[in-house]
Amino acid sequence: MSRVLLIEDDRAVREGVTLTLRRRGHDVEAAPTGEAGLAALETFRPDLVLLDLMLPDKSGFEVCRRIRATQQIPIIMLTARGDDIDVVLGLEAGADDYIVKPARGEVLEARIRAVLRRAAPVDGAGCEPAPAAAEAHGDLVIDRAGLLVSKNGQDLPLAPSEMKLLLYLSATPGRVFSRQQLLEHVWEHSYHGDARLVDACVMRLRTKVEESTRSPKYIQTVRGFGYRFGPL
Amino acid sequence: MRRPALRRPNLRRPNLRTLARGLRARLVVAFLLVAALSALATSALTFREARTAILKRTQDTAVTALRAQVNSQVPDLGFPPDDKSLVKLTQDLDRAGQALQWTTHVRYKDGPLLPAGFRGPGEKGNPGGRIPEGVREKVRDGIAAFQRVTVDGSPWLAIGLPVAFSGDTSQMSGLEVYAQVPLREDEVNVHALVDAAQSGALPAVALAVVPALIAARGVLRPVRELRRATQRITEGELDTRLKVTGGDELADLSRTFNDMAAALEENVAELRRMEANSRRFAADVSHELRTPLAAMTAVVDVLDEDAAGLDPDTAHAVRLISEETGKLARMVEDLMEISRFDAGAAALHLDEVDVAETVRKTLQARGWQDKVTARLPEGVRARLDPRRVDVVVANLVGNALRHGGEPVAVSVRAGRGDAGDERLLIEIADRGEGIDPEVLPHVFDRFFKADAARVRSEGSGLGLAITLENVRLHDGTVRAANGPEGGAVFTVDLPLRRGGGDEG
Repeated sequence: MSRVLLIEDDRAVREGVTLTLRRRGHDVEAAPTGEAGLAALETFRPDLVLLDLMLPDKSGFEVCRRIRATQQIPIIMLTARGDDIDVVLGLEAGADDYIVKPARGEVLEARIRAVLRRAAPVDGAGCEPAPAAAEAHGDLVIDRAGLLVSKNGQDLPLAPSEMKLLLYLSATPGRVFSRQQLLEHVWEHSYHGDARLVDACVMRLRTKVEESTRSPKYIQTVRGFGYRFGPL
Repeated sequence: MRRPALRRPNLRRPNLRTLARGLRARLVVAFLLVAALSALATSALTFREARTAILKRTQDTAVTALRAQVNSQVPDLGFPPDDKSLVKLTQDLDRAGQALQWTTHVRYKDGPLLPAGFRGPGEKGNPGGRIPEGVREKVRDGIAAFQRVTVDGSPWLAIGLPVAFSGDTSQMSGLEVYAQVPLREDEVNVHALVDAAQSGALPAVALAVVPALIAARGVLRPVRELRRATQRITEGELDTRLKVTGGDELADLSRTFNDMAAALEENVAELRRMEANSRRFAADVSHELRTPLAAMTAVVDVLDEDAAGLDPDTAHAVRLISEETGKLARMVEDLMEISRFDAGAAALHLDEVDVAETVRKTLQARGWQDKVTARLPEGVRARLDPRRVDVVVANLVGNALRHGGEPVAVSVRAGRGDAGDERLLIEIADRGEGIDPEVLPHVFDRFFKADAARVRSEGSGLGLAITLENVRLHDGTVRAANGPEGGAVFTVDLPLRRGGGDEG
């Protein structure tokens, strides 16, 4: 049960998606244009935005950037094209995930659930961890229980996917994760998801937590294998 | 369909044999022949004319000299002369004619030729053997005569003079004087001819090479340019044009060539335009179909959930719509994918992966673990696009399950290719009927249905075509064949490490 804001210009798609999500118990507000969507953001206060990239008045990318400028709510792009450039631009604009149309209700539901789930538990950490004090990693302070990350005392505004990725990587500093592993654990995509989700998310995360994105300290690339946190 | 490899135009330098048969050689030889012939003809004609002139002069000189000698000697002769005095006359004449080396005979009133015995060339014992009968007859009739004769290949001049009484030239004295003069100008002339040939004809012939080469160059340069231009066109530079100079046949040829190239360029451009249009059309159509499909697909599960509560007919209809919507969506997906390949917009996202794990996940994701035996060596790492390889394996295995028969076997091996590079081989074999050899070349064609009955399967008819494109994108090949124990075998052959940008 969550509040979903759907921004989609095509009437049939709007109605179809609204219908199927309502059936699954979500509270849906649909907006036909980017402007209407941004307005509804204030009034409806959704938990998540489903955003069509091809909008008549302003592009989905622009709406995505406008939302990200003020809030860190999850954004899932609906893309009518498998065109790579759309996906890449959308991810750069700050979307957490994307769904290629046409998509069945189950797929929509699975992605919405995944993106709304709080930080995934770390492998092998099945037991409830005692609410430990926040961990310090260099200049970063990560509060797993409160889902807060600060750098030099400044809270960092992290989008849901960025937060989850950082928590997942930093839980086992020095361990290398392949992109596919990260897709499965952080995005809950089935195998062979789109590795660009990971790359784009790492890029966005680095701009927020690293001193220099050219020589990252926290989120390091291991060529040919994937990414790891530290070691510092 | 396999296309024959494009034949590269032959860019080798011409070898000696083709050079000898080439235009340049032919032209030079022709020029030389013409020059030699004309030199020869000229020499021969000159020779003949010169020879005639020389002979004529020689014979005139001889006749005049003989006449003068006879005129000076005969008056001393007593009449009628006896043989002795006749012989003496000949001796005197011979002595006087030493410069011309003649030998003389005389006879008187049908007497024998004196001196008897052999003198000079001619048949033995036949004095004056070289005085032809015609000359003798004329002399007998009182007419001076001479004739050229050839004996043993050398020319001689025979002269006959009837002697008349002085004062009354109509009165014949009956004395006849004959002389044989060797005409030895022959050798001299031959030598002269040889000299002329050496000093004239040979340089002329040698000089003929120069215009021959110039002419050859004039012909060959346009021909060579034409060849180069043709080569460029062959290599796809359709905007190649020749410079047209002059108005000869070669210029015409160049002009025609340019017209051809222009027509070709226009046609190709037109074809490309049409192709681009049809590609864009396919892409646009699939794209346009997507939006209504997105709306339909979104509500399909609503239909499925409620179908149980509807009356049977409606439920059936609803399930049918839901099913076909799914197929339509897949088909449009595949069409979009194909049009991306066609437009060259398909990109590889390479990643370093464990091959066994990748294939295993592909089978798991589709619930095929129990239907497919997998022989996957552990620890083989490859650099490839996992999503595309997943599509490849899934399409081939799905195809084997649908059209072949269980058990389907997937095996992976890494090895060295023919070029010594590292290759990754993925083999998918089934135990079905195998593939009709006639169908084999077409299995990767788009919308190709092997069975004439066109049994509609789960597939869009594009699965194998997409497989082929995905493998090509990796610079690999995929082959279909029939295995030795029956059943079809599809073999994917990829470079183990596809180069390209690192994704990390």
